[in-house]
Amino acid sequence: MSNFDLLSEQGLRLDGRRPHELRRIKCKLGVFEQPDGSAYLEQGNTKVLAAVYGPHQAQNKKMDINEVVINCQYSMATFSTAERKKRPRGDRKSQEITLYLRQALRAAIKTELYPRSQIDVYVEVMQADGANYAVALNAATLALVDAGICLKEYVVACTASLSKNNIPLTDVSNHEEISGGPTLTVASLPTSNKIAFMEMTQRFHLDNLPKVIEQALAGCREIQAIMETAVRKHLMQMGSAGDWSNIAK
Amino acid sequence: MANVALSEAEKTFILHGVEEDFRCDGRSRRDYRPMELECEIVNNASGSARLRLANTDILVGVKCEIDTPTSLHPDQGKIEFFVDCSANATPEFEGRGGEELALELADTLTNAYESPSAFDLKSLCILPGQHCWKLYVDILILECGGNLFDAVSLASKAAIFNTRIPKVTAAVMDAGEAELLISDDPYNCTRIEIDNIPILVTVCKIGDCCVVDPSAEEEQCSTASLVVGVSKRNNKCYVSHTHTVGGGSLHKDTMYKCLNLGVTAGATLNDALEKALRLEESRVGNKRKETVGFLK
Repeated sequence: MSNFDLLSEQGLRLDGRRPHELRRIKCKLGVFEQPDGSAYLEQGNTKVLAAVYGPHQAQNKKMDINEVVINCQYSMATFSTAERKKRPRGDRKSQEITLYLRQALRAAIKTELYPRSQIDVYVEVMQADGANYAVALNAATLALVDAGICLKEYVVACTASLSKNNIPLTDVSNHEEISGGPTLTVASLPTSNKIAFMEMTQRFHLDNLPKVIEQALAGCREIQAIMETAVRKHLMQMGSAGDWSNIAK
Repeated sequence: MANVALSEAEKTFILHGVEEDFRCDGRSRRDYRPMELECEIVNNASGSARLRLANTDILVGVKCEIDTPTSLHPDQGKIEFFVDCSANATPEFEGRGGEELALELADTLTNAYESPSAFDLKSLCILPGQHCWKLYVDILILECGGNLFDAVSLASKAAIFNTRIPKVTAAVMDAGEAELLISDDPYNCTRIEIDNIPILVTVCKIGDCCVVDPSAEEEQCSTASLVVGVSKRNNKCYVSHTHTVGGGSLHKDTMYKCLNLGVTAGATLNDALEKALRLEESRVGNKRKETVGFLK
């Protein structure tokens, strides 16, 4: 498997994409009624649902008098992976992702605006096909927007990998992950060009790392544009009764 | 379950509505809310369905794995229900908060499917005593808007209908141990007979009357309800499971009334579900609707 290359001689990847291409992204805001904000996002075959509750009064032991407490939970449906999972949450991988989600969201939410409060962000993966963390974070961002929570800007994540002949690849699928390519995950604030979270598996040569990071950031910017279109479309629909759409024109 | 805070006056309003057979949303006592059902939502599962009954949202994925039959029933396959209450539904379900409800739902389904005339486990057997299929019916509760039992059972039935079990094409005997060759052609598969599969109907006692398909608000007004598992065979309805839910108690006569209402409602619901599933199945080519899932 180690000699296996992620990029064919024709310059195509295992699923037929070119190196810089993302998988198809479809998203929708406000899929549920009961949460304060919710979103559905699918990127290729990775499908994620996110729900946001709050801001509401924080639990006493968690309460912070200066800023908001962000409470996350990442879980995966037992049927989401090719092999059936025994537990939907609580395993190490899920706990790790929960932690990283909170970290990236903290960087984006204007935490000082909601002292003594708590925001719950719940993410449910219904189908996993690579880049789970990135898709979960993007869905969480959309749900936060839907809930009307003040963000500094969109926080968007994207993954990137590197082929044998040092060509960086955007948005790694599960097939490419298990084929043994190194993976870099970056959560960024694309407008101000800041990185909120970064994680990599395996290894990259120091000379190649900037190239891969640049590719992931380019992916983030592309995803941000798609998300922004979705938010605008959602707002048009929401406000159409109040004649917003005409005002926006 | 998701708690809705209701005042005394609101409860009285709902109660009076039920008494006059005109509920808050305009339904009569034996009407269901509109529902949406879609199959084949999750590609990683052998069968899947998503049901949305007003605000109740259920996603079911069925996976099949090869297992060894128990020595007690060497000619039977296995079926296991697993319910996960997602925190998306309500923050109370975070961590282990939803486990109690999840267990109750899974146990009810297991009981309802237990009878051999309700669900034929023998059809899941591959080689008696050696190999059988085990069906994992994994239910994910995404939003609670009342009447979870009915929604969960309908979604499970639809997902089981949608399940495609790959055909075992050949078995090579190797020193007394059979080795199975499983077909990897997605069209070379068997389906599960769903005619007898039970559905659950919750009959909720509000005041002196019984209603089906209670909304979350109506559930708050009721002290006791009865869950009835209705299974059809040879055009007759059988009760495959029943249990009471809630803290209150029911008079014997009321219970019979509830049972009757549950069975009639269950029969209609069952017919409607099977009709819808078969209609969707008969649509091929261009007539087939594209899967919309959560994007609708």
